Amino acid sequence: MNEEIKQEAAPKAEMQLPKGNELVLSSSPHIHANEDVQKVMLKVMIALMPAVFAGMLFFGNAAILVILYCIAFSVAAEMIWCKFAGKPLNTVKDLSAVLTGLLLAMNLSAGVPWWLCLIGAFLAIWLGKQVFGGLGHNPFNPALVARVALLIALPKYMTSWVPTRFMDIDGITCATPLGVVSTTEKVLQNAQGVFANVANPEAYQEYFLGNMGGCLGETSAVALLLGGVILIFFKLIKWQVPVFYVATVAAFTAIINYFFPGVTPPALFHILTGGLLLGAIFMATDMVTSPMTKKGAVLFGIGCGLITCIIRIWGNYPEGVSFAILFMNSLVPLIDRFATKKPFGFHAREDKEGAKA
Amino acid sequence: MSSSKGLTFKGGIHPTSDGKALSSSAAIQDAPLLEEYQVIIHQNIGAPPKVLVAKGDEVKKGQVIAEAGGFVSVALHSPTSGKILKIDNIPGPMGVPVQAVFISADGEDQWGELMPPMDWKNAEPQAIKDRIRDAGVVGMGGAAFPTHVKLSPPPEKKLDCLILNGAECEPYLTADHRLMVEYPEKVLEGAAILGKAIAVTDIYIGVEVNKMDAIDTLLAKADAYGIKIVGLQVKYPQGAEKHLISAIIKREVPTGGLPMDVACVVQNVGSAAAVADAVTEGKPLIERITTITGLPVKNPSNWRLKLGTPIVEAIKFAGGIVCEPAKIILGGPMMGFAQKSLQVTVTKNTSGVLLMKKEEITQYQSTACIRCGRCLDACPMNLQPGSLSAAIESEKFDLAAKNNLMDCVECGSCAYVCPSNRPLVQHFRRAKAEIRNRSKK
Repeated sequence: MNEEIKQEAAPKAEMQLPKGNELVLSSSPHIHANEDVQKVMLKVMIALMPAVFAGMLFFGNAAILVILYCIAFSVAAEMIWCKFAGKPLNTVKDLSAVLTGLLLAMNLSAGVPWWLCLIGAFLAIWLGKQVFGGLGHNPFNPALVARVALLIALPKYMTSWVPTRFMDIDGITCATPLGVVSTTEKVLQNAQGVFANVANPEAYQEYFLGNMGGCLGETSAVALLLGGVILIFFKLIKWQVPVFYVATVAAFTAIINYFFPGVTPPALFHILTGGLLLGAIFMATDMVTSPMTKKGAVLFGIGCGLITCIIRIWGNYPEGVSFAILFMNSLVPLIDRFATKKPFGFHAREDKEGAKA
Repeated sequence: MSSSKGLTFKGGIHPTSDGKALSSSAAIQDAPLLEEYQVIIHQNIGAPPKVLVAKGDEVKKGQVIAEAGGFVSVALHSPTSGKILKIDNIPGPMGVPVQAVFISADGEDQWGELMPPMDWKNAEPQAIKDRIRDAGVVGMGGAAFPTHVKLSPPPEKKLDCLILNGAECEPYLTADHRLMVEYPEKVLEGAAILGKAIAVTDIYIGVEVNKMDAIDTLLAKADAYGIKIVGLQVKYPQGAEKHLISAIIKREVPTGGLPMDVACVVQNVGSAAAVADAVTEGKPLIERITTITGLPVKNPSNWRLKLGTPIVEAIKFAGGIVCEPAKIILGGPMMGFAQKSLQVTVTKNTSGVLLMKKEEITQYQSTACIRCGRCLDACPMNLQPGSLSAAIESEKFDLAAKNNLMDCVECGSCAYVCPSNRPLVQHFRRAKAEIRNRSKK
């Protein structure tokens, strides 16, 4: 009893300094920002919340189920891979698999069956990410790899859309505005009349809020824009990517629409419908698969915008966002190589040498 | 001052807890006399000084114990009066043993013959520079580069501006802060003397705006010396030479260049005070102000320590410890050096002794780069740390060099912000050393 008291009292009298060999030796810096991968992923998910709630609002329980399935299957896929590859389960803890699952769900129709979510999750985690070496090494956005693979393999499920809860439609499927326009271009002579039906101020209002057919996370422009503000506020994305992506689409479609009004609807229609905002704000900005410099982000955004327009206007698919982003993902190493930063003092050195010569 | 937020540069970081409050209001105290000092001989960048004393010699306080060993070198003086016990190896601040002069103090702490005070306003610039060299003054912010060398550019380089660095951007350190608050005239006079030595009248003192008391104190007296006090944004590494110049006079030092390439000289405020002592009182640099701080320290505080004071004694001056430190650092947490011995002694550039608790120094496991780009935003040199690190990890040193690795100032901002905890600056230090070695061969 006495000894215990002594031991407790001892440090208060005078604490002995540790011996040198008990000290930790390491190279500076000795402090670190209160930030890790898990926090980064969590913040991206917070930014996705407005769009998630919009999806739930417009598509009801079906949307919630698709989200839960995708997240659960993605985490399962990650765990299984890590187990068999003998890797630690860090990547489950860092929430990157949860985010991939959530992003995959955002890119699916609320009407897809559970097994499609299962296939999608394994495609995203295994084919999209792990075969390349895991988080940080994947050249392509994992959720988009899964979406495009599903679109090619199971077009029937990937191109049928459930109506929102506020649509005045009888039946279990509906068309997306881009789908309407896409068929129009090829079939009807009176394309402009059809364009006017889907591209008018009342329709834009509905699109802005999210009351249209489409993937469960892509319909509500207002929710996605809010998410974009959160991402930029937390400095999680380079604003150049979404801004130049959307601006390129706007400029390109505005020009085409101005000179050939029968070819494609006005720019605002292109911005508000389809997966452009979801793609530009959340998919193209994926840190791992987008350029590291601001200059590179500008090029990347413009490239995504151009390819999206070409596919939307002249391609066989009504929507081109996923293809455009995946294509530009493949160019990122090249972009990174050329869009580099000049070090501090570089221009001063050039000026100096120029003055000498 | 142009704005309340202060001037600054592009890039850099804002450490979340700067720890300065621990010691920023603790007035500078004189350390009690110890029985023995172990003065490390080679304290400056450049050639080591030549030892002039031998075992058994009696020395006075301020007596030269080693003379400058070349142009890029300075003299070294005895911190107290006493007897030379021996010259032997002791643990060095960089982890390798170094030679030190062991001095047994006689308890009198008696000055020897001082150098005559100078009428610096009418002195020749060269005489001032010689005095600075003879007094052993070096860059006291961390680099320990001989001050007189910086003041002696080659003749083709014209100078028009002097900047004193009072930014003290390293977290936890408050030594320069206290110096400016308590001895503003010494700092200002030192600045004026340095200006005289390089014949410039355009003199600035840059201070981060988290030290408003220092700014106000200096401002109140600066006019008499014709010196401008500039408020700087609180940001690390605001005190880095090139960034200080960029913030204050908006000139960009060319890559691979020096401040003199933009007609400027930068000196630390501590060095300026040491210059003032050397010139006006003839006193050599034998002591410096050091912050002894960190959560484990009982009384985090600022001390005037004699060169050769073992850090174990310095920690005792500050009341010892209240909990177990897991790491002891000389300097600040961003660029300081972790120590494995408490017998390391105070040198001319020991700005701080920082103790950190076990909980503060969690050892991180680094994971793959997620290419978030934070290191690019943080890098004050506008480099791409993520890509450089990838090149170095695959041993592509040439590629790293081509991508301007050698411009890295090793401030550590990249490693600080990395969410994957990658040892970025650590890789850069290794690769820079490797590249320098290769180019020597």
